[in-house]
Amino acid sequence: MSTVDTVVRLAYLAAAVLFVAGLHLMNSPATARRGNRVSIAGMAVAMAATLLLVVDSGGGTALGWTIMIAGTAVGTGAGWAAARAVPMTAMPQLVSVFNAVGGGAAALVAVPELAPPAAGASVRVPAVLDLVIGAVTFAGSLVAAGKLQGLVPGRPVLVRGARVLGGGLAVAAAVCAGLLLAGSGGGVALAILAVAVLAAGVLLVLPIGGADAPVVISLLNACTGTAVAMAGFVVDSNVLIVAGALVGASGAILTGLMAAAMNRSLGAILLGGFGTGDEPATGAGANAAVRAIQADDAAIQLAYARKVIVVPGYGLAAAQAQHAMRELAELLASRGTEVGYAIHPVAGRMPGHMNVLLAEANVPYTQMLELEQANAELPQADVALVVGANDVTNPAARRPGTAISGMPILDVDRASTVIVIKRSMGHGYAGIDNELYTDPKTAMLFADARAGLTALTAAVKTLVG
Amino acid sequence: MSAGLLAALSVFVLGLLVGIEVIGKVPATLHTPLMSATNAIHGVILAGALLVTAVAGTAAEYAVGFLATAFAAMNVVGGYVVTDRMLGMFRPGSQR
Repeated sequence: MSTVDTVVRLAYLAAAVLFVAGLHLMNSPATARRGNRVSIAGMAVAMAATLLLVVDSGGGTALGWTIMIAGTAVGTGAGWAAARAVPMTAMPQLVSVFNAVGGGAAALVAVPELAPPAAGASVRVPAVLDLVIGAVTFAGSLVAAGKLQGLVPGRPVLVRGARVLGGGLAVAAAVCAGLLLAGSGGGVALAILAVAVLAAGVLLVLPIGGADAPVVISLLNACTGTAVAMAGFVVDSNVLIVAGALVGASGAILTGLMAAAMNRSLGAILLGGFGTGDEPATGAGANAAVRAIQADDAAIQLAYARKVIVVPGYGLAAAQAQHAMRELAELLASRGTEVGYAIHPVAGRMPGHMNVLLAEANVPYTQMLELEQANAELPQADVALVVGANDVTNPAARRPGTAISGMPILDVDRASTVIVIKRSMGHGYAGIDNELYTDPKTAMLFADARAGLTALTAAVKTLVG
Repeated sequence: MSAGLLAALSVFVLGLLVGIEVIGKVPATLHTPLMSATNAIHGVILAGALLVTAVAGTAAEYAVGFLATAFAAMNVVGGYVVTDRMLGMFRPGSQR
């Protein structure tokens, strides 16, 4: 091993250590930003080492350098611009797009290795896996992003003959992959395999409902990690293997957590056909047992409460009401009321999305309570204020035999009183009645989230002068 | 199976275990930035893209190299920038 080779390999090791250390620092909001920067430093080390390796190995042609620089410049510009411009509500789509290009890059890295003349078997196997996983991820992530952005219908899209088409694609892909693995495949087999797995990626995600899209994005993130690790086997680079394995593991964990929090099995999600991405609107007052309340009366309850727990759902963000929410919470806090935000793991469009949206509205993270903390505090709360959350507050989940049985919920019904701000009695994704709304201690404030919160803030101010 | 491949496989499996250990400790509050950060980390495929481009010889290989480099660079830069932007918004209560 030459000196340069040794230096490069040590640098890759250092980069891998920095990635792990960076992720470790993300275990607390106080150190998370530093963690991300440690991870950036690791990336810089890995890239510097790679350039050193390229130079040392005879360093590519002038055209090769031009293309490396041009490609990096174009990608950097596009990534930077998109990352600066994206609104926080559209974060899941952007993460999905970045995931798509990562998967695409991983698949492309395998292409030259698979093109004739065939490489050795220890390269061919990971190269085929890299291409297949990377291309499925590329196509699938773009479709998932399109669903969240509304470019592709959020409802499950069932293509007629999809099963037959999918079966045909699988056979074609398997035959071509077999040829390539055996080392007897040519450019044609490579091209057919690439097209077949890209189409498979589209077919795989199209039937998945908009409500399940976050789980799919997380799963595809894990897939990209795996593809990158396979690329590491192909180009013999440990830093790719470690980084890919880290991402694969994290994506798998998040996918599991998210699916559990939604009470959905991964198999059911991939089969598709659940959740439209839009809350179906049904008429108000469908249930006579509901108690309606006006903003003035709700304000009295809030103003004299010792402890208020806010339960925000995606409806809050959809109505752009995070700032109105924070203003009300600050007003109450300034009068000595203890305020916390109970955040369900699936509030928002990806795990932890609601926390980002609240952070953007200047809500301190120390007030954000996770499911278990929230459920420990809710029984002591004088008022639970539910804004834009539905199924995750439904006590029916504790009973067997309902559509949401077994789903972890926020125990909002254990607070002394409950105020729900909601436009109508419409159902959530699960399409069932929320028993919280008919609970005798629940009062419904029928209003748009932002208008309702603004009215409450004004009413509290008048009340306390 | 060669010694090199076995070593690489060991690295992969240990990497998975380290990932599970480290990620399991991240609070749910940070799951979106976490997903975005790990997303940026797999942009390290840029190293692979550069290596492939450096040894390219045909027009097709140059095209593949360009696309791979551009995709990977977008993944790295965009992923880190947006993660930093998100994490910059998380503030503790006292600081106001």
